[in-house]
Amino acid sequence: MDEAAIPRFALGMKLREDRARGRWVVMGPERLFVPDAVALEVLRLLDGSRSLGAIVDDLAARFSAPRERIAADVAALLDDLRARGVVSA
Amino acid sequence: MIPPPPPIGLLAELTHRCPLRCPYCSNPLELSRASAELDADTWGRVFHEAAALGVLQLHLSGGEPAVRRDLEAITAHAAAAGLYSNLITSGVMLDGARLRALAAAGLDHVQLSVQDAEATSADRIGGLRGGHERKLRFAAEVRDAGLPLTLNAVVHRQNLDRLDQLIELALQLGAGRLEVAHVQYYGWALRNRDALLPTRAQLDAATAMVEAARGALTGRLVIDYVVPDYYAARPKACMGGWGRSFLAVSPAGRVLPCHAAESLPGLHFPNVRDLSLADIWTGSDAFNRFRGTDWMPEPCRGCDRREQDWGGCRCQAFALTGNAGRTDPACALSPDHHLLDLAVRDAAAATTDFTYREMGRAG
Repeated sequence: MDEAAIPRFALGMKLREDRARGRWVVMGPERLFVPDAVALEVLRLLDGSRSLGAIVDDLAARFSAPRERIAADVAALLDDLRARGVVSA
Repeated sequence: MIPPPPPIGLLAELTHRCPLRCPYCSNPLELSRASAELDADTWGRVFHEAAALGVLQLHLSGGEPAVRRDLEAITAHAAAAGLYSNLITSGVMLDGARLRALAAAGLDHVQLSVQDAEATSADRIGGLRGGHERKLRFAAEVRDAGLPLTLNAVVHRQNLDRLDQLIELALQLGAGRLEVAHVQYYGWALRNRDALLPTRAQLDAATAMVEAARGALTGRLVIDYVVPDYYAARPKACMGGWGRSFLAVSPAGRVLPCHAAESLPGLHFPNVRDLSLADIWTGSDAFNRFRGTDWMPEPCRGCDRREQDWGGCRCQAFALTGNAGRTDPACALSPDHHLLDLAVRDAAAATTDFTYREMGRAG
């Protein structure tokens, strides 16, 4: 995915708080994903306007890891989520 | 006793009324009358109780839920409760204006059923002339309203050979997801089993086709596929296990561990008019009867899959053996497993005529 691309939730996918179980979940039709801590950080930044590059910048500023590594991790995560229909680019 | 985990899904059967007459309808043989249906405000209370209990997903179903003139108000209650709402519809009673009103009320997703890929056959199976054409128009209106669409294709002997066309139809209609659901044989479908049960060859071809399409369409179309029990070696964990993650509320307010459970004798299903959903989920005899593993007979009790299969489906055990407490005959380890082979043999020799679903035709 190009760093200028804007990843967003696929139609029908929503990040919601699951209070009864003390977690966040991605809800979709007959689907429920429980993102791990890293995925949740990324998903919270999908606001429909932020580019992939901006998301990586944000995470790089907050977490002490090399930018290239974060960029690779985020790209792999988004590829996986796209294959599962959670995210569209 | 350890309290049960909270439920995740709620099926709200808003009505049993429906303009279609599908011979595999999942509604009970004894259909509820309109006068017995819960009103919108009561549904609203149920949705809030469900959300507080831990429910995340709500399926607004029926019958045809759009028969209810207050569907918009019911949908608004679901959104206010914070539930993810999925409208399960035949699509033949909703126009664009009403669909937009539902979207504005907070509807999250639409699941449209089709009976076949080809209109003549689809209309014959659904028992409504012109129905298929209206469904295709409706699908376009779902997209125009900006709502995500799942196509639900119930498959059986009389349409399974057109599975490739059903997959193509899902793509044409812009569905993000296709549910290929083999008929489950209880209630009306059990009555029509001989006309519906696919052959082994049909099933194998369909399974291979789904696997190929999944690979080819990754990222474009998600395909969910439910294999029919009659050809499985292990039973499905029906509803993820009795009283483990799911509840259904009937049009008249009865709370059920699965939508077909009203067919089981000897169980009293409490009503939301009398008790809170939390009380019913945790404390009712009906939900505790087949919960966990203590109720299980052999071979389930000693089986290392007992907490994966949860004994299979209670309704199927009852439908085939007359005893809801037996191991699901779909399991190859069940002493009743031969009943499925007999059914397959009977179906192979049978006609394709249907007994259509109708009010007051249960007897």
